[in-house]
Amino acid sequence: MIEVKDLVVVRGRRTVLDGFSCSVPTGSVTGLLGPSGSGKTTLMRAVVGVQKVKGGTVTVLGSAAGSAELRKKIGYLTQAPSIYADLTVRENARYFAALYGLEAAHADQVVRDVGLGDAARQLVADLSGGQRSRASLACALVGKPEVLVLDEPTVGQDPVLRDELWGQFRAAAAAGTTVLVSSHVMDEANRCDRLLLIRQGALIADDTPAAVKAAAGTDDLDAAFLRLIRDRGEDDAALATKEAGE
Amino acid sequence: MILAHTTRRILGQLRHDRRTVGLLVVVPVLLLTLLYFMYDGQEQLFDHIALIMLGIFPFIIMFLVTSIAMLRERTTGTLERLLTTPLKRTDLLFGYGIAFGVAAAIQASIASGVAYWLLGLSTQGNPALVVLIAVTNAVLGVALGLLASAFARTEFQAVQFMPVIAIPQILLCGLFVARDQMAGWLQAISDVLPLTYAVEALQEVGKYTDATATMWRDLGIVAGAVVLALVAASLTLRRRTA
Repeated sequence: MIEVKDLVVVRGRRTVLDGFSCSVPTGSVTGLLGPSGSGKTTLMRAVVGVQKVKGGTVTVLGSAAGSAELRKKIGYLTQAPSIYADLTVRENARYFAALYGLEAAHADQVVRDVGLGDAARQLVADLSGGQRSRASLACALVGKPEVLVLDEPTVGQDPVLRDELWGQFRAAAAAGTTVLVSSHVMDEANRCDRLLLIRQGALIADDTPAAVKAAAGTDDLDAAFLRLIRDRGEDDAALATKEAGE
Repeated sequence: MILAHTTRRILGQLRHDRRTVGLLVVVPVLLLTLLYFMYDGQEQLFDHIALIMLGIFPFIIMFLVTSIAMLRERTTGTLERLLTTPLKRTDLLFGYGIAFGVAAAIQASIASGVAYWLLGLSTQGNPALVVLIAVTNAVLGVALGLLASAFARTEFQAVQFMPVIAIPQILLCGLFVARDQMAGWLQAISDVLPLTYAVEALQEVGKYTDATATMWRDLGIVAGAVVLALVAASLTLRRRTA
């Protein structure tokens, strides 16, 4: 369970999140969607406890985000692959496993699970972009986390691998893991239990994919999101006009 | 445990980078050989300068290597990810200290071996003490490199901290002008720079057969500077960033 209450994050001169609240239920896959620059990554960084926050609270599994006891239970995948390019895939996975006190054999298994069994002995620097992000994903999965925070985990993957990876996220959730995943691929959003749609640091939808589609009056999630975002945009514009008139 | 794994990981990165390992070993040897030919026929001068260089090379090289390595951790996002895991900040900092300390021990042993056996360097004291001082210096370079990397955003900035931090220490350590002949204010600056003590310790090994109290005191001061720099570095390593 992740609970975000009245979160305020200011980066530079910009208020990225301004009184943001949401919750992510345990044992489910929650999709975080929104245009680029809407605050998805900032929210995820706040959940894993590396984001400086100005106000509000983020509670993960009952503890304040970033607290020491949570660090054993969280797996975090950053948007750009964050692994050591001058180590092999296997060495990377084994190092991250060791940080959680887990065996090398377990790390090797996770490397196979993300489809890199054949590339395990290759240096990360020599991998393709898609392989590199899977290696990075392996390092997020390797700690057997109870909370998995994944920032765009399937970018640059082919459809077959994407399907396999989503199978893994669903399996993790079925085993009780709380999965928060950002994406901008709508067929992936359909595979989430819940969706959070953010626009300019504000939550504009928090529901199941079916309910989001119903609310927008369309069967197509892509169209639903465009409609929700545009409706909001018109509201903002109307408000601005009204304010200007007063 | 995490410290041991982190040390191993850093050494592993070094092992995959053969060219860097080659440079670490070969560059000091080549520079010492250059000195040997520069001071051809002036054995005393060579003994004096080569001895001090055996201490200064590891300091400079490890400072550069560490500040770049740590900056890479910051820019590639591995640092941010590590800080979400059970790893403690001291695991990372001491991991770098130990891993590069090991690399420096190999480097200093080879450089000293070549200096003593092939280039005819002679000191009154034990060559093992020279290696010990050189390794302490290297760890000082690592600690200052970790600290300096916090103030650099790019590699271009990081390498420029080398002249800022290393060159004043080399100029004022007593190599170019004896410390007691410096103006009072220069001597005062020299007094607070750790490399001054490392160089004095090496000179003690050059002059006396047995390890002197001054040498041990100097080595203690350098070790103290290492601890100070590591504490300062851990304070600059924030879990939460903007």
